[in-house]
Amino acid sequence: MKAVKAIRTPGGLSVRVDPRAALAVLLLLAAALAAAVVLVGSGDFPMAPGEVVATLLGDGTAAQEFIVRDVRLPRVLVALLVGAALAVGGALFQSISRNPLGSPDVLGFAQGSSVGALTVIVLFGGDAFATAGGAMAGGLATGAAVYLLAWKRGVHGYRLVLVGIGIAAMLTGAIHYLVTKADLVDATRAVTWMTGSLDGLDWSQFWPLLAVCAVLIPLSLAYGRPLRMLEMGDDAAYALGIRVERTRAVLMGSAVLLTAVATAAAGPIVFVALSAPQLARRLTRSPGPNVAASAVLGAALLVVADWVATSAFGDRRLPVGVVTGVLGGVYLLWLLVTERKAGRI
Amino acid sequence: MLVDSPPEQSADRTAAASAPEPGGRHALRAAGLLLAVAVLILVCVASIAIGAKPVPVADVWHGLFQNTGTGNDVVIRDVRVPRTVLGLLVGVALGLSGAVMQALTRNPLAEPGLLGVNAGAAAAVVTAISFLGVTSISEYVWFALLGAGVVSVAVYVLGGSRGATPVRLALAGTAATAALFGYVNAVQLLDSAALDRLRFWTVGSLASADPATIGKVTPFIAAGVVLALLIARPLNAMEMGEDTARALGAHVNRTRVLAMVAVTLLCGAATAACGPIVFIGLMVPHLVRAVTGPDMRWILPYAAVLSPVLLLGSDVVGRMVARPSELQVGVVTAFIGGPVFIHLVRRKRMAQL
Repeated sequence: MKAVKAIRTPGGLSVRVDPRAALAVLLLLAAALAAAVVLVGSGDFPMAPGEVVATLLGDGTAAQEFIVRDVRLPRVLVALLVGAALAVGGALFQSISRNPLGSPDVLGFAQGSSVGALTVIVLFGGDAFATAGGAMAGGLATGAAVYLLAWKRGVHGYRLVLVGIGIAAMLTGAIHYLVTKADLVDATRAVTWMTGSLDGLDWSQFWPLLAVCAVLIPLSLAYGRPLRMLEMGDDAAYALGIRVERTRAVLMGSAVLLTAVATAAAGPIVFVALSAPQLARRLTRSPGPNVAASAVLGAALLVVADWVATSAFGDRRLPVGVVTGVLGGVYLLWLLVTERKAGRI
Repeated sequence: MLVDSPPEQSADRTAAASAPEPGGRHALRAAGLLLAVAVLILVCVASIAIGAKPVPVADVWHGLFQNTGTGNDVVIRDVRVPRTVLGLLVGVALGLSGAVMQALTRNPLAEPGLLGVNAGAAAAVVTAISFLGVTSISEYVWFALLGAGVVSVAVYVLGGSRGATPVRLALAGTAATAALFGYVNAVQLLDSAALDRLRFWTVGSLASADPATIGKVTPFIAAGVVLALLIARPLNAMEMGEDTARALGAHVNRTRVLAMVAVTLLCGAATAACGPIVFIGLMVPHLVRAVTGPDMRWILPYAAVLSPVLLLGSDVVGRMVARPSELQVGVVTAFIGGPVFIHLVRRKRMAQL
């Protein structure tokens, strides 16, 4: 059995700590921060990790200060937050649908956000801020539609996934139509946005993202235990005193919001929401949604993927979504094979 | 057998397959098929007459049979007729491939668009256009066939062969589609000339129809149609399950290979001609099955007649709602088909998956 330690304070509070999970979270956090420092240091004006840290601490030259503070730091911080938000959203969805494939990218949210953003770009010629708003609205509307359509005396695993696939197919039609309506410049912008890109992000994207994450990620952490019981099935959860539909509604709401706000900032970056929770589960070897481990793993994944996308193809800087997209498809197929061997699908 | 059909129907079906049926039902089905053909002819006339420039039916007649080169004659001969013929061909191809796939995988959600076969063809065509400098359909139809073939086999093996559930098949298709369209996006971003050409093709449209395209895809679709009709009887046996099919003397492996070849020919050629179009192959066989019952020897001809009705009808609607421009047929079918798919998913039996 697992060694789970309970820490009790004199005041009667008790916190259960799984040492392996805690260690995994700490190591992943260190990895994410290290990758972030490397990413800040890479680009046309390369800097050694030591220089980056020194600059962050206030000991850099004026040029280094400018590059780090104004150009690269916001990009990397947004990447960390987007990765964390997507991964937590994915972890919640996968737990609620009790299905490793029940992630926002499969359920059609990415397509919903894309339709929202494309409508703004193509039909109204809106700027980045309006595009983000369109993406939020599209993602939220899709989330509500999928949930309501999958509802039939409660929402159950595979119906949610299949309804999501149906909605996604419809929205894909709308996306393709909007791309044909655009002129080539807007079409390029639209396709870049749909692929998911961190280019051109600055502090104005960072603060709203931070605000949403600062509220919703702790909320999701707090609901970790009821959610783990929900994973055992509705009946078992009722028996254990969980308010099933309320827990599910609150967590669906935060998952949809986290996904939408991350998508609004950087476009629909696939694969992170799908894979981070599964990888986190394998690293911590603990059941349940593993919200904390998923968050740091998602942040690390996105930063590493961005580093690969911007530096691995010579002078072609690809959007990060190309890297995560190709990895995601391969991962999905692998998941399907292993799930089939395990007899779960 | 469909996953959602009640068990007593399969016994009924065994009886239907072996015992001669009362002549009355045959006559009724044949009459229904004739009626469907009549509807198809009406839709074809509508497809020729309705568009950015409305043409009176009398002029349609004139353009078709007494061509004297008037403005309407030119529109009809050079634009509307090729478009209608291509819609007919592609409709037949998509409907038959959907019916064959649903029978082969015994899965009500099977459909080439949802299972990633179209995406496979699209990825191959994108590769051909962007990396190999291929520009004409006569060359890239081969790539589309290759892509469709590879992906249909891969998805079938991954999600479809023995013990398939509708969910696994749909997920295997979604996974393949996600990976392949990720690749398509990446190529388009690196090559904006390819983006400009491909964004019209990937939406699924009949607008670019011309006689050369039709000439190129017709042989593939014709071969696929013949093959699909030839395996109707073994497919009937396959729907009862592989063991039963073997016991009934069907060649299970041969049927499976022939069915995959038929699906590849039909989907590859249709996708090469007008881009990926989803849901036609899902909706029509379901509709048809409600009318004809489970016998593939009736389902296939009905699907072949009614699928172009749906496709051409969607195309006409797309031309009417967005005048003076048009809504591509792939968009219209996605918006008609999505709700049908969700309805199927919500049905009682599917909910227990």
